[in-house]
Amino acid sequence: MKLSQIKELVLSEYPNSIVGEDENASPAALLVKPQFIFQICELLQSNEKTYFDQLSCLSGLDNGEEAGTMEVIYNLYCIPYDLHLMLKVELDRKHPSIDSVMDIWKTADWHEREAYDLFGIHFNKHKDLRRILLPNDWEGFPLRKDYVEQERYHDVKVKY
Amino acid sequence: MNETEASEIGGLKTGEGGIIVSKLDDLLNWARLSSMWPLGFGLACCAIEFFSTASSAYDLDRFGIIPRNSPRQADVLLVSGTVTFKMADRVKRLYEQMAEPKYVISMGSCANCGGPYWEHGYHVLKGVDRVIPVDVYVPGCPPRPEALIGGFLKLHEKIKSESVLRPVALEKLMEKENEA
Repeated sequence: MKLSQIKELVLSEYPNSIVGEDENASPAALLVKPQFIFQICELLQSNEKTYFDQLSCLSGLDNGEEAGTMEVIYNLYCIPYDLHLMLKVELDRKHPSIDSVMDIWKTADWHEREAYDLFGIHFNKHKDLRRILLPNDWEGFPLRKDYVEQERYHDVKVKY
Repeated sequence: MNETEASEIGGLKTGEGGIIVSKLDDLLNWARLSSMWPLGFGLACCAIEFFSTASSAYDLDRFGIIPRNSPRQADVLLVSGTVTFKMADRVKRLYEQMAEPKYVISMGSCANCGGPYWEHGYHVLKGVDRVIPVDVYVPGCPPRPEALIGGFLKLHEKIKSESVLRPVALEKLMEKENEA
């Protein structure tokens, strides 16, 4: 199934849910409106023509203060048809939040926690959204472009 | 007493090897340095080097060094690898759980000073000596088994120079008095 066919399938179900596409991305990507992400993922996972049964990766991305956006990138894979697909979502950098896809793929649980831990992206309806790598009392989100590490952690100087 | 009589009561007593005269400090130090049991826990790639040092090729056992799995039974805390801030609390706790006398070997650049993470590693403690006192630093990234053995031998030297009976606290106090 080609990207255009997948796009058509999604648009037939949810019109105006796709902002654009990127053929050069590897795998080819669909740029999706954030409010549709859960429905689109559910459709792609359950439709027998696409059947994306695996979430290979979920990453966060910070485009910096100038662009004012953050992104969440979903890498999907369909085992029976050997299909790859990337979904990209752009979020407001000041209040980055999006629906969790944890109920569709269990894998998303820890991936979303990681994106929350390092970028501060909030995943609505996630059942266990807390830091996964850093300690619970860590301040700030380290992979944000404007991150400045805290002066001290538990009374120990952080800088060299 | 002839030989037949002697064999009846268990052999002739020659006195050889019965008594060794030594200083108490030397005896204690010898006992300590001959059985330095490190806590067997690894933090990063340095731990792999620690394992291979313990393997038959390098044979740490010949120095009486046997990794223990409980801090209560360990004499040496071998900090083998990158200490993150999250881990630093745990390392400190393990150190506190060890019984005296205890020693710390900081193995590799990460544990010494933060290593490759010194500038941009927001999550890495820049030297384990910011949390616990270190006796021997072993440089390297990671140090070869020979270097680690060298570190243990350095610790041998340090233990050899210790004294239980020397009134160290009193000496320090006298020094302070003299300065004032």
